[in-house]
Amino acid sequence: MTFKIGVVTFPGTLDDRDAQRAVRLAGGEAVALWHADENLHKVDAVVLPGGFSYGDYLRCGAIAAQAPVMDSIIKAANGGLPVLGICNGFQVLVESHLLPGGLIRNEKQHFICRDQTLVVENVDTAWTNQFTQNEEIVIPLKNGEGGYIATDETLKRLEGEGLVTFRYKDVNPNGSMNDIAGLRNERGNVVGLMPHPEHAVEAGFGPDMPGTMRSGVDGLKFFTSVLNSLVNA
Amino acid sequence: MALFKKKKPDFVPSGVDTTANAAVTPDKALPYAQLGLKDDEYARIQEILGRRPTASELAMYSVMWSEHCSYKSSKIYLRQFGEKVTDEMKKDLMVGMGENAGVVDIGEGWAVTFKVESHNHPSYIEPFQGAATGVGGIVRDILTMGARPIAVMDQLRFGEPSNPDTARVVHGVVDGISFYGNCLGLPNIGGETVFDKVYQGNPLVNALSVGALRHEDLKLAKASNPGDLVILFGARTGADGIGGVSVLASETFDSTGPSRRPAVQVGDPFAEKVLIECCLELYKAQVVAGIQDLGGAGISCATSELASNGGAGMRVQLQHVLKRDESLTPEEILMSESQERMMGIVPKKHLKAFEAIVNKWEVEYSVIGEVINEDRLYINWGEEEIVNVPPRTVAHDGPVYERPVAYPAYQDALNANTVHVAANGNGLHRHNDNGSELAAQVVQVVSSPNQADKGWITDQYDRYVGGNTALAQPDDSGMIRVDEKSGLGIALATDANGRYCYLDPYQGAKLALAEAYRNVAVGGARPMAVTNCLNFGSPENPEVMWQFKQATAGLADGCLELGIPVTGGNVSFYNQTGDVAIHPTPVVGVLGVIDDVARRIPSGWQDEGHNIYLLGVTKDELDGSVWSEVIHGHLGGRPPVVDLAFEKQLAEAIAAGSEQGLIASAHDLSEAGLAQAVVECSLRFGMGARIWLGEICERDGVDRTAALFSESTGRVLVSVGREDDVKFVGLCEARGIPVLRIGVTDNSGTLEIQDIANWNLADLGAAHKGTLAELFG
Repeated sequence: MTFKIGVVTFPGTLDDRDAQRAVRLAGGEAVALWHADENLHKVDAVVLPGGFSYGDYLRCGAIAAQAPVMDSIIKAANGGLPVLGICNGFQVLVESHLLPGGLIRNEKQHFICRDQTLVVENVDTAWTNQFTQNEEIVIPLKNGEGGYIATDETLKRLEGEGLVTFRYKDVNPNGSMNDIAGLRNERGNVVGLMPHPEHAVEAGFGPDMPGTMRSGVDGLKFFTSVLNSLVNA
Repeated sequence: MALFKKKKPDFVPSGVDTTANAAVTPDKALPYAQLGLKDDEYARIQEILGRRPTASELAMYSVMWSEHCSYKSSKIYLRQFGEKVTDEMKKDLMVGMGENAGVVDIGEGWAVTFKVESHNHPSYIEPFQGAATGVGGIVRDILTMGARPIAVMDQLRFGEPSNPDTARVVHGVVDGISFYGNCLGLPNIGGETVFDKVYQGNPLVNALSVGALRHEDLKLAKASNPGDLVILFGARTGADGIGGVSVLASETFDSTGPSRRPAVQVGDPFAEKVLIECCLELYKAQVVAGIQDLGGAGISCATSELASNGGAGMRVQLQHVLKRDESLTPEEILMSESQERMMGIVPKKHLKAFEAIVNKWEVEYSVIGEVINEDRLYINWGEEEIVNVPPRTVAHDGPVYERPVAYPAYQDALNANTVHVAANGNGLHRHNDNGSELAAQVVQVVSSPNQADKGWITDQYDRYVGGNTALAQPDDSGMIRVDEKSGLGIALATDANGRYCYLDPYQGAKLALAEAYRNVAVGGARPMAVTNCLNFGSPENPEVMWQFKQATAGLADGCLELGIPVTGGNVSFYNQTGDVAIHPTPVVGVLGVIDDVARRIPSGWQDEGHNIYLLGVTKDELDGSVWSEVIHGHLGGRPPVVDLAFEKQLAEAIAAGSEQGLIASAHDLSEAGLAQAVVECSLRFGMGARIWLGEICERDGVDRTAALFSESTGRVLVSVGREDDVKFVGLCEARGIPVLRIGVTDNSGTLEIQDIANWNLADLGAAHKGTLAELFG
């Protein structure tokens, strides 16, 4: 069967069509979800894509976290629905308290777009099970407010329980604490990260890889992972 | 519709200047001069109306007849872009000049529309908002043609990096573009950044946008059906940007006058993003006859242009405009340049459907008028009529000037001062016999601010969003896939060299065209159409007007020679500080099409053991070059000669080589010549190489300085796999393209130019990539 993956569009969302394409390329069916509609249309998983929902007003992701669709998503996530938050979607997950901590302005105060190397530190999630432990992947990063912060206590817990899912390698582009690029929840169904896996799914349009232009497709495994987890669920 | 009420018996006049009042007070003095109108222009308005204008009418005419909106000094020269064309050149042109943006048929039922516009003056006063709203404005232009915007680029000119004010402008402009462009979800696929002291008090901020549409979705912004509603939607109208057009863009400003900050618009990219999606949905639902953006001259422009374009009239109730500030006067509302506003022409039967869509996107709107079957634009303020004009006289029949033209007094001496006679007749010194000096010059050149890697700037822009970016900075052109199934795509490159244009504006414009054309070709695309943004000094200076006349002639002649049409453009005059004009800077953008972006050619070396070929001939052309500037601080002589027939041949050879899969990489030679090209090719993917210059010097009769730094046109550096060698060389020779093997790639981590240097790529990369971050980071 074909699994349905919902992709939410808030006003100001930018990478929704890209996330839909990634779902399709992985073999799933992309379903557009609208911020004002509580109905999740029986999707099997949800992607909160990148962008500037509500123009980043108040705080990145803060207003989107209050959207009607998020009520349903929070409920479903607590019941085990796989949810992936990318960039602004990660910010929304944090604002929704589905993941801990916060994201602040990049250390150097500039928006930054670069091909970023990450280490996948946790492969026991709905969105990372196709990776190998400590696999190094390259996916594009593009954000203005990607500096991950958390209290000492939270950091200790994240590290202690192995919830840090992605860590920046070589360069920490935004001043994130402990080089944290992405997290999972305890159950492993909710994952959030700043870099953009949906921009590394198609050769020719992804990040530069050593010696080959724009050929990186490491992001595809996020989407094949969730389809795999749905098959085995 | 309750837009217009009859005056009741107990009516009390509001005090605004009405048409009735104007008719009975013919001698009332109006501040037309402060609004930028000349005496004879004011007299003409009185003649058109048969009375003095009301304050509101004066506001409209003043902004619409400003240089920025009316092209009054440039019009007579811009005509040649429409005249110097063949039928063959026009065959793929769906919409030519004169609309918001030209539209080109790229095949498979797809069309693209693209345009560059300047936002120079606002960007000096308030760099962040000036640059941000420059991006916003050009994107709305693209949207009015019914297209989905798919990418942006920007062309920037700043003052000297060492000047303390430059950092203020650089940070503001780059942050502004980053803030606004990134938030729209449009990939930024390239552009230019040049530093030169001539732009110190007058930076250039040009923004380009390109959009794609299906043929059947093409829209023209016009109001032609009487009874259709005029609806203003998007952001509310505020006091920002009032008089921006006439005061800012059309007069030279100096630092001693009053602050003009309020005349710069303030942008909200979130509102624009929502407006883009809202407009695209309105088009798709087919509930609008046309949409016009509100940019320069705001409601004055949108109402008069829509009516004039449609050959109809319009009746508008100005009190229905939604305002941020209730104290705005009618004149201010007419002139306001508040951003993120659109004017839709909506058939009455579609009003409900229109409302449903704008409500879905939470966009505010108000019905402010209707289209009428009369050659008149009436605007009311409540019960009182404040504007009653023929729309065409406002929008299209503005003044046209044939400004005095004079050959510059400095020109002959400038052209005579070549690199061969400078330095007291000795010629600029060349270290031809000293390899280590030449090596030092190469490093000095490639790490100079203009030649250094621009990653510090471009990494602040999103080049990925949309998932269709096939090439972007630092490649020669930006390339975007348009059709996901077939791979059909477009390439765009823009170029301008102010130094060349200062030496010879006719030749300089052709050189900019040739370079943009070549940049598109080396990516594997076929050049198809041209846009431009002509940045010049004051048109009231006859020597500037001569530069303008020469540059437009050069560009029009060049396009005719290459067989690609100009589809539209923009003119920015008054780019000067005090009496000193900028170098003439005609930015030329070339659009190309590629049948499948998977075939695109990388700009750098990716594989070891490939042969490196130089196509074209190197001449001793160092006047106006980067070498003369960076090493010697010199500017004089004549720019390189350009042979457009050969450029065309070269482009066709690259296309043929690409189609046959023979070309592993291709990079254009331009500023800083071969030295710059080999460094960039090598650093792009970290692939080393051995390069030898001996055969270039021998075959072309040039010295090592010229071999490295000459900026001769019609040259491309190509790398070819050994298995394709014979075929590739044969292809070039059959087409009459001079081809010379000058090196071979290797995975050594070093770049060697024999007898000159052998650089470690890491060191070279640090020098090339570190400059801007060091200056501004």
